[in-house]
Amino acid sequence: MVAVLRSRIAPVLVLALVLAACAQQTAKPATTVTPSVAGGEKPISGGTLTFIVNAEPPSYDGHRETTFALLHPIAPHYSLLYKFDPSDLTKVIPDVAAEQPTVSADKTTVTVKLRQDVKFHDGTGMTSEDIKATYDKIIFPPTGVLSPRAGAYAVVSAVNATDKYTVEFKLKYPSASFLTNLASPWNFIYSAAKLKTDIHFYEKNIMGTGPFLYDGNTKGQDWKGKKNPDYFGKDKDGTKLPYLDAYKALIITDANAGVTAIRSKQAMIEFRGFTPSQRDDLSRSLPNDLAIQEAPWICVNYIVPNTTKKPFDDPRVRRALSLAVDRWGGGEALSKTTIVKDVGGLMRPKGPFAMSDADLAKISGFGKDAAANKTAAKALLAAAGVPNLSFKFLNRNITTPYEPVAVYLINEWKSVGITATHDVKETSAYQADLRAGTFEVALDFNCDFLDEPDLQLAKFWSASKAGKGLNFAYYDDTKLDGLIDAQSRETDPAKRLALVGDIQRYAMDEMAYQYPVLWWYRIIPYLSVVRGWKIGSNHYTNQDLTTVWLAKK
Amino acid sequence: MRRYIVGRLLLMIPTLIGVAILTFVIMRAVPGDIVALRYAGSNVPQEIIDQERHILGLDKPMWAQFADWMSSISRFDLGQSLWTGHSVVDEVQVRMPLSIELAVLATLFAVALAIPLGVMAAVKQDTWLDYAIRIFSIGGLAMPSFWIGIMMVLVTLTLWGWAPPLVFTSFFEDPVANLAQLVLPAIAVGYRYSAVSMRMTRSTVLEVLREDYVRTARAKGLRETLVVVRHALRNALLPVVTVVSLEFAFLIGGLVVTEQVFNLNGIGKLLVDAVAHRDYPLIQALVLLLATVFVLVNFVVDMVYVVLDPRIRYS
Repeated sequence: MVAVLRSRIAPVLVLALVLAACAQQTAKPATTVTPSVAGGEKPISGGTLTFIVNAEPPSYDGHRETTFALLHPIAPHYSLLYKFDPSDLTKVIPDVAAEQPTVSADKTTVTVKLRQDVKFHDGTGMTSEDIKATYDKIIFPPTGVLSPRAGAYAVVSAVNATDKYTVEFKLKYPSASFLTNLASPWNFIYSAAKLKTDIHFYEKNIMGTGPFLYDGNTKGQDWKGKKNPDYFGKDKDGTKLPYLDAYKALIITDANAGVTAIRSKQAMIEFRGFTPSQRDDLSRSLPNDLAIQEAPWICVNYIVPNTTKKPFDDPRVRRALSLAVDRWGGGEALSKTTIVKDVGGLMRPKGPFAMSDADLAKISGFGKDAAANKTAAKALLAAAGVPNLSFKFLNRNITTPYEPVAVYLINEWKSVGITATHDVKETSAYQADLRAGTFEVALDFNCDFLDEPDLQLAKFWSASKAGKGLNFAYYDDTKLDGLIDAQSRETDPAKRLALVGDIQRYAMDEMAYQYPVLWWYRIIPYLSVVRGWKIGSNHYTNQDLTTVWLAKK
Repeated sequence: MRRYIVGRLLLMIPTLIGVAILTFVIMRAVPGDIVALRYAGSNVPQEIIDQERHILGLDKPMWAQFADWMSSISRFDLGQSLWTGHSVVDEVQVRMPLSIELAVLATLFAVALAIPLGVMAAVKQDTWLDYAIRIFSIGGLAMPSFWIGIMMVLVTLTLWGWAPPLVFTSFFEDPVANLAQLVLPAIAVGYRYSAVSMRMTRSTVLEVLREDYVRTARAKGLRETLVVVRHALRNALLPVVTVVSLEFAFLIGGLVVTEQVFNLNGIGKLLVDAVAHRDYPLIQALVLLLATVFVLVNFVVDMVYVVLDPRIRYS
């Protein structure tokens, strides 16, 4: 019996493995980048989009949570006041607003006219009272209601519903970022009536004005939405949106299982991103069915020396840590295996607030002459009296990209005589150390939905003031606070850009408080039947699926 | 016998209370909490973190949290998941059918393989058949289930572009879809499981075959099949039943990696996610549940002993 089994199964297994190996070697990677929203094709209505979400949403309340795992499955049920244009993700366009906002001469009153044809999924019409209730909940949360982004709207003194379809935001002072912040992907429009009945209603229920109705979910497994026939949106040809009949989000937490899901065509896309090797694996396996979109990402890892611990209270030591790292070489090497790539300052490289490469190269640790930088690092360490510096380097136990980035840094530091011990902890324990300040040097991270200094500089406020709980370098610096505040109030783009440049030079070089390693790079391989979705520089926006459609294959 | 059963059932209570206390204390001793994790990497001010801790009751002293939990348990209320805000019972209820079905399928596969092969290996000791079965079983012990699972998925994907369905469908709703999802994981898990049981069956049958009563049975002229099945196997099954049942209990919550490989929405994955999220009520409920399964399975095994071996009487 055993012999029979062996004689039948063994050759099949061997053949399968040989075929797998051959497939790995011979198939050519598909490098098609499908034009997404544009491209001249006429969208087809119908079909169900199946996509992967690699975590389970905590509550269902967008105002309360901070994870993309909520946005990807749940955003299609909701509308926003404004949103990023799916065909040009740098532009903000009206969603339930009827037009672009008008701003008063003194720049402290922002008036928004609303569409009059927007209905909630229960059939009630949306009015300015709903917008007011939504933004009041976000900006002025009552006791017992959490609103982690309330601080981003600290400039707002009041939200008024001036008539049935007009809302007015009163600002304490002119703000450079307020208008784009109205397109925050978290600011789902909620029903005033529901909030009045139960302010926590949206933590466990779905009832929006978005393109898809809630069609059920199984915890830990999937989330389903179906077309909202009363959705107000239309495309430029007057066709009713959304194009899809339905969508199904599959919760797949393991990255390799995610690759398998796309490879077996059980899922079409995952909107957060894959690693280069996973992209190549999919390219080889689906040479004729795969499209790939890639883009720089507003996510970055920071090296954070704890300035309350010796010798990291000495700017020379902190600068040496930055100088020792060859970022340009690292970007080239690490981008082959993980999701980091571009060298940049505190603002995303190639983004609207980015420093030029020439200006960036003047900052310690960002120049292209790695040998000279390392020599300077050794000199600084010697001058600071710590030529053989050693410390524990706190990191979280997530492979992509934290572990390879940390290993690269440790190796770079070793080349100037620094011994860093990799102190890898589970995310919760890692966060506890960061927040308690019980570490020497840490690898921190930040992701945002927008290239916006107010967001990316939030970690740079003084630790005892606005940076409490955000600034893990634990410094207080009134000069830096002043600069950050000034750029936030500066509405002249050129002057603001100059101020942001000053902040970067001061924070990253002169004081060397904390500084980026490499910016992330987003890679989305997906089945080419998916059309109408365009990659952006973040994984939070453009998730309402209104313009997504499926090509016939 | 009745007294023994009641005694055993009562003994479960202090065991489970001990498990509850240990789980509670160990989880609180581990650094970090769900709030730190929930807002990891986002620019959330400290006030929000503190508010959330207050809302979830994590700022209370440990003894107060324990008293709250014990009071809920005494009312059969396992509480709410701190991560999703949903009832712990709901969270577990969704995953339980899959975990139980997978455990049952893997057990069926393992037993169907282990007992005949184990007996054959014993009866044909030191022949080529015995060696082949032993090699086969060592393979099962040497290769981790998740690796076998990965290989299976790789093979089916490469040959047919097929992988098991990612969404659980109840057997009663669609048996084909249900089995399509669970057969490969059941084989991957069942192979290792069968290897353990196979080796146990072989060694116990070998031992029993040398007993006097087996020699007597043969001397009476009984057919070899009857000797092996009725006299040897039945007596050899006691340790095998213990191994099989403990493995079964383990499978309910212990298939974390296999569940990841096949994206199965089971209890093991839920427990690992709960630990990663520091979702205390969910962890406590799951550990208590798994401990209860183990205790009950042990109890059932003791009862099965009586059926298998009439000499055993608990009094």
